[in-house]
Amino acid sequence: MSTYQDDKAFRAPLSTLPSTGKKRQDGSDQDFNIIGERTPLIDAREKVLGQAIYTDDIDFPGMLICKILRSPWAHARIDSIDIDKALALPGVHSVMVGTDAPIKFGVLPISQDETALAVDKVRHLGEGIAAVAAETEAIALEALELIDVKVTELKPFLRKKDSTRELREGEEKIHEHIRFENNIHKRVRQSFGEPDKAFAEAAWTANASFEFKGVTHAFTEPIAAIAHWTPDQRLTLWTSQQVPHYTHLAIARVFEMPMHRIRVIKPTVGGGFGGKSDPFPHEMVVSWLAMDCGRPVKMLFDREEVFFSNHGRHPTSNEISMAMDSNGKVTGLDINATIDGGAFGSFGVVTSYYNGVLSHGPYRIPSFRYQGTRIYSNRPVSGAMRGHGSVNTRLGTEVVLDMLCAKAGFDPVQVRLDNTLSDFTTLINGFRITSNGIRECIQTVAERSDWANKHGKLPYGRGIGIGCGFYISGSALQIHKSRLPQSTVHLKVDMDGGVTIHTGAADIGQGSDTMAAQVVAEVLGLPMERMRVYAVDTDMSPIDLGSYSSRVTFMNGLAAKRAAEDLREQLIRAASRLSGYAVESFIMRDGYVYNRHWPEASVPYMEALEEALAGKGALATSGCYTAPPMGAAYKGAGAGLSPTYSFTSYICELEVDPETGMVQPLKIWAAHDCGRVLNPLAVEGQIEGSIHMGLGQILCEEMAYEGPNLLNANLLDYRIPTPSQTPEMDVSLIESVDPEGPFGAKECGEGGLAPILPAVANGIYDAVGVRIHRVPMTPDVVLTAIEKKARKERREAAARSA
Amino acid sequence: MSDATPTEAHPEAKLLRLTLNGRSWLGAVEQHALLLDVIRYQAGLTGTKRGCDMGTCGCCAVQINGEPRLSCLTLAHDCEGAEIRTIEGVQSGPLLSALQDAWVATGASQCGFCSPGFIMVGEALLEEKPKPTEREVREAIAGNLCRCTGYVKIVEAFMVASGQAEPGQDAVRRNAKGDSESD
Repeated sequence: MSTYQDDKAFRAPLSTLPSTGKKRQDGSDQDFNIIGERTPLIDAREKVLGQAIYTDDIDFPGMLICKILRSPWAHARIDSIDIDKALALPGVHSVMVGTDAPIKFGVLPISQDETALAVDKVRHLGEGIAAVAAETEAIALEALELIDVKVTELKPFLRKKDSTRELREGEEKIHEHIRFENNIHKRVRQSFGEPDKAFAEAAWTANASFEFKGVTHAFTEPIAAIAHWTPDQRLTLWTSQQVPHYTHLAIARVFEMPMHRIRVIKPTVGGGFGGKSDPFPHEMVVSWLAMDCGRPVKMLFDREEVFFSNHGRHPTSNEISMAMDSNGKVTGLDINATIDGGAFGSFGVVTSYYNGVLSHGPYRIPSFRYQGTRIYSNRPVSGAMRGHGSVNTRLGTEVVLDMLCAKAGFDPVQVRLDNTLSDFTTLINGFRITSNGIRECIQTVAERSDWANKHGKLPYGRGIGIGCGFYISGSALQIHKSRLPQSTVHLKVDMDGGVTIHTGAADIGQGSDTMAAQVVAEVLGLPMERMRVYAVDTDMSPIDLGSYSSRVTFMNGLAAKRAAEDLREQLIRAASRLSGYAVESFIMRDGYVYNRHWPEASVPYMEALEEALAGKGALATSGCYTAPPMGAAYKGAGAGLSPTYSFTSYICELEVDPETGMVQPLKIWAAHDCGRVLNPLAVEGQIEGSIHMGLGQILCEEMAYEGPNLLNANLLDYRIPTPSQTPEMDVSLIESVDPEGPFGAKECGEGGLAPILPAVANGIYDAVGVRIHRVPMTPDVVLTAIEKKARKERREAAARSA
Repeated sequence: MSDATPTEAHPEAKLLRLTLNGRSWLGAVEQHALLLDVIRYQAGLTGTKRGCDMGTCGCCAVQINGEPRLSCLTLAHDCEGAEIRTIEGVQSGPLLSALQDAWVATGASQCGFCSPGFIMVGEALLEEKPKPTEREVREAIAGNLCRCTGYVKIVEAFMVASGQAEPGQDAVRRNAKGDSESD
């Protein structure tokens, strides 16, 4: 026997084995060691100690600071840029302009329309025109003032109706590549069933239009990146990113450089929510400057620049109609949405589809029609934001459903229960629904909020409302069509017994590193302390497509699980060789390769490991996930396809002050079906955070413009709810164990946002009897609606008495 | 840069002495430098975060003579001789403070970028009021923004740290139907 095994530190005595009476792997919840435990995030200690390293915390000798000259014009043709004076300023090392890196890029292969810096023309206020690398920030800022830009101003397109109409004399469209003589980026039409018949034959119909202002992610860590052209003639980029792989691809494209000469590293990321999920112009800028100077170059945005970068939720106008039969069954849904994409494409084509296709679940709706239009405008670009594409139509559909209930005299909770999808079914557009806990979600929040005794029964000024939703758990369709897996995880184990997890999944605070460690620890029956995660360094990590579309737990979790199962098999084989018992006898648990039939024949993990390493060296395994083929065949059928869906129901009780129009949520009851709860601590945090962000959108957040100018590009005037404005939340997690997800898990990061908006809107109606059609529902808007209703009632009363 | 005449780009620096986490720190600091920049980029204590540049997010909070202050609104030279405490000065030896410990246990950090600022404000609160009410906690941290947590677990961390609560109970409600399918 080797010295390792003799050392007490490496093995527990056999007498500490758990008793054989405890049943394992029988499907019961007690089955798991770590899955389902409240597990603190593995990087929580470094975060509370201030030792987590975010991009701006990184320093290199000789590092230069980059600043970008941003356009004060919304739409203008660039006539000339004079950089000579800036270059002559002592301490300036390089100045970059758009023509230095003119190749276009974008997150979607079909919308490659952004450049590192404006080439020929600027398309929104705050777009980069030139960039400086200098020895200090002060020098860089002074250099920007020395750059002379001459432009010819063009008429900006700032309203949706200006972008959808034909161009007029003297107008120039925002992008040359737009197919027609207007500024429409994408039109989507879908129709299933017989919508016209459904509306014609309906017992009840309702219709409403809504106007949504743009909202932005407002993550706390400003955007940052560092690039370094290293002596081996390679480019390394440290970047605060959710999708390092797409940045990797985009850099290769822009600089026409093979991918293996580029290394992308994701340091700790201070929040993303979709706002760091595109390849970004500033990443190209620091890369070019680093290559030009041969020194590391750092860029840290100030908060105003973060707002100009935006990529937030599209400002939206939508109109929703719903048909219902006399039994309260929804028979038809018709949606028309126009979304303002700002100056560039970003994820916009996907958003165009999502505004329709993510609106008909969680209900069974036999007829459905959607028409969507995404326009370009001279605004900061819109893109993906938590609940991508689903949020604004979700508000509309749930409010219109509430209107139908009010018209027909049905209870909103009962109608929702009567219309829910079943599990293991197919939607009319081809989505496959697997596990589904929507009924339990609705029942749970109705019960816990005492809905039956409150709805329609609270005093004037106090109300209660419900909203439901569903969301994808990872996009099944790949952005870049390929046969490659969507996620891969590598494991390495050597004689020290620690398990190294290499993953490309981008932890942005949601806890994906912890998730991967939990999954591997569970499969191997080892404690979390043996796990160490090395994430997103493209030289070392296998590819994961990134933290977007709520895909990471499902896809990366399955990849991690498969890699761990391969490792487990090797350890079990080794234990079988050592003990003489068949591999079928063994499982892994509690630090042992455990013999289920005869526990005394169990082999300690470290002994099995040494046997497995003998003559072979470190164990290395790999697991991956590729979504199976699914969906129907029609144009746009891939949008919204997912291996599984989460389901959500929220109820909000609130107070409306009829004197001021101020809405104060009092309590929120939330139920989210995320499949198996891998880590209650993390899942609750996702739901609570989603509610907070959704409350911001429905009550107080908006990107406020006057003409082309963004009026509130700071965190004082852009009002995200503070600790004292955020109400109590009662979160329930509904486990509809998914047949395919890792240990049955589904998404929990995004689906929990949308339903809070209609829960509040419907609560306002219950409180004061008005429907608000503008989001955010700020006090002035609510008060105007209350006063309008009062005037109408007075007129009607006067007419009656006359 | 060695130009003789100070300009905006090349300003003049003066010696500044601070007490930083109980130790003396001496450096040449530009006249208009913010305490935040000196802490982060000159003293190398990067736990204090820069979130908004204008005193709205609280990520840069430190303690100056025991009081929570925003280092992005404080001129470094105004702190001559003051006792500055940053997040790096909160733990004692290898141990986390009670608040840091509770922060980890309750999941009050997600992305973690706001955590140092919250904890610096929180440590000051708990020193003044060892058992604050939830309302007092929410008022004390009203100047700090968190975009991840909805503040639920942050408030819970204060209650746990002050011995008024145990770390939370699971919100999981088992779905009987789902469980039977998992066999």
